[in-house]
Amino acid sequence: MTRVRRWLPGLLLVTPSIIAIAVFVYGMLGWNFQLAMTDKHDEVSEGSFVGLENFFTLWDQKRWGISVNHAIVFTVVFVFGALLLGWLLAFLMEKGIRGEGTFRAVYLFPMAISFVATGVVWRWLMNSGQGERAVGLNRLFDSLGLEFLQWQWFRDPDWGMAAMAIPAIWQMSGYVMALFLAGFRGVPEDLREAARVDGCGEWQVYRHIVLPMLRPVTLSALIILGHISLKVFDLIVAVSGKQIITDVPAVFMWVAVFDSHDPAKGATIASYIVLAVSVFVIPYLVWTLRRERSS
Amino acid sequence: MAAVAVTVAGLLALTACGDGGGDGATQSPQADAKKKVEVFSWWTGPGEADGLKAMKEIFEKQNAGLEFFDAAVAGGSGDKARALLTTKLQAQTPPDTFQGHAGAELQGYIKAGQLEPLNFLYDELKLKDVFPQQLIDQISVEGQVYSVPVNIHRSNVMWFNPAVLKEAGVTEVPKTIPDFVAALEKVKQKGKIPLSIGSEWTMVHLLESVLLGSLGTDAYNQLWTAGSDWSGPAMTKALDDFKTILSYAGDPADDWQPAAKQVADGEAAFNIMGDWAYGYFHNPPDGGLGKTSKTDFDWAPSPGTGGTFMWLSDSFTLPKGAPNRDGAVAWLKVAASKEGQDAFNPKKGSIPARKDADTALYTDYLADALKDWGGNKLAGSIQHGVVVNDAWRVAINEAVGLFHGDKDVAALQKALAEAAKNSGQ
Repeated sequence: MTRVRRWLPGLLLVTPSIIAIAVFVYGMLGWNFQLAMTDKHDEVSEGSFVGLENFFTLWDQKRWGISVNHAIVFTVVFVFGALLLGWLLAFLMEKGIRGEGTFRAVYLFPMAISFVATGVVWRWLMNSGQGERAVGLNRLFDSLGLEFLQWQWFRDPDWGMAAMAIPAIWQMSGYVMALFLAGFRGVPEDLREAARVDGCGEWQVYRHIVLPMLRPVTLSALIILGHISLKVFDLIVAVSGKQIITDVPAVFMWVAVFDSHDPAKGATIASYIVLAVSVFVIPYLVWTLRRERSS
Repeated sequence: MAAVAVTVAGLLALTACGDGGGDGATQSPQADAKKKVEVFSWWTGPGEADGLKAMKEIFEKQNAGLEFFDAAVAGGSGDKARALLTTKLQAQTPPDTFQGHAGAELQGYIKAGQLEPLNFLYDELKLKDVFPQQLIDQISVEGQVYSVPVNIHRSNVMWFNPAVLKEAGVTEVPKTIPDFVAALEKVKQKGKIPLSIGSEWTMVHLLESVLLGSLGTDAYNQLWTAGSDWSGPAMTKALDDFKTILSYAGDPADDWQPAAKQVADGEAAFNIMGDWAYGYFHNPPDGGLGKTSKTDFDWAPSPGTGGTFMWLSDSFTLPKGAPNRDGAVAWLKVAASKEGQDAFNPKKGSIPARKDADTALYTDYLADALKDWGGNKLAGSIQHGVVVNDAWRVAINEAVGLFHGDKDVAALQKALAEAAKNSGQ
């Protein structure tokens, strides 16, 4: 009886969330995978099991290749851009800038805005009009005498998705800064002192002491940014709508389900998105689990 | 155990909320003294919302026991409204009546058995005598009509800036596609944008006008029947025309309004857009550009389509299992009536689907449109859901979006032919 008394309250406490997660996360995930393996290509038909057929035929579609490509370009530019900028900001802060609290708040604020609001503003800033018709950033370049910097932004056929990553970098680099700043602060001062006593220059202190100790923080930031990036939908839709020129898997999924009325195709794309995100998340989970066990 | 019960109850409450989102009012109509009629639309913008209100007043005057409940969801062309509608229909909690583009766009609902045929209403109100015969033909599915068209918009309108044309030495408004290309070239020489264009869907809008102009009305109307020819040389020629015309287009603007504005501001010469652009050009500055027709901007049928009216229409339906079916039928009667359509359309900036409208109410562009609606041949719009269902339209949009990147006519034709085949042609 006493043993029951020990574990029962705890179990009761977590049961609600276990049930909610079982139904709304894993249940829905399972349902989605099951739907992706049927031929339910309109809302009416029952849909019979076709195995992995949808997963293969999707690659025959030119649009899918384009949207995957876009997602990769966006992810690479966004993740590395935000990491670099965030790291740089944290580095400057860590140097003991005056009014650090204010700066920290200023850089963190963009995170409080939704991607939709950011997108609406940047849609105007990144207007592709040039010369007389320039508005937004192109207009700024024009009046600064930097006409050669004007370009089509997200409408550029090759590097449009890199432009699309700019608002995302703007929004998330403050958050990365906060992560890194905590990381920097976590490096004990006496370690640095010891290195200096051993004859390290300031650069070498960073190179050999601080940076290696930031590795866990970098990894967390990478995971967080990576999964945001692969699922990006709201920013794209707010900036450019549902156009092929800025198509990404999540937008394609929306079009498949709500515009083409093809649930199986939408579920297939959703499955690919989940798989791509788990490529990021699962190694991280394994790594943290192992670390927790070893400590 | 109690905790588990509470959790389960909580979950049930959660799902219940998900199902019922926003239509709690219609779930308990008996609670109100007046019975509510939930009318689902995407008319929230200036003009259209006023038109809806005018119809509502007529409806409530004629039906003392019924109360109009406006369930409009904002968002142009009903993108967001239709996503919400899908979930409501799947949860089997339909509104009493909902807006939809008349024609093939309703096929999904019809196939899913979500709509009631309205032939009884057409017979009762003798609507077949007041709507053009071709309209009835083009919206019938196996002899059944599923919606009541409230208004008509025209898709094949070419808007232009007379001053820019004069400056470029274009003396006559181009009537054929070769004339149009020649005019575009002249404007280009002057350094102005020959043809303004917006986001991807406006290119599909341009494509439908070019197809109609290049193929001719009969061949165009055949594309949507069993005798269609998507792979033939006539189609290749039409798509080549499309490529040529598109090569004169300026940088894509964000949407159709900024593209139309380029014409109004004298930056661009031509723009091909539906006649909702008229309200934008003409209305006073809070909702439009406040321009004067015939001097600041002018219009003509898009090149090669004179004598044909490419139409699209907003219509109302009767969902199966509508909570207040009688109320919905009463609403449809108002929507179909001369009084209702003449109250709605002048405000919305469109013309009535009925042939017996009060012509005095429609001036300037609308008078032109009304005249053509009575006398022209009819063709249905692609982008606005008349001739193709949703899946087919998305496939055409995809093909045009890809074409905008690679400019490959053969690939476009193949993609269009495939889209037609996949849609059962």
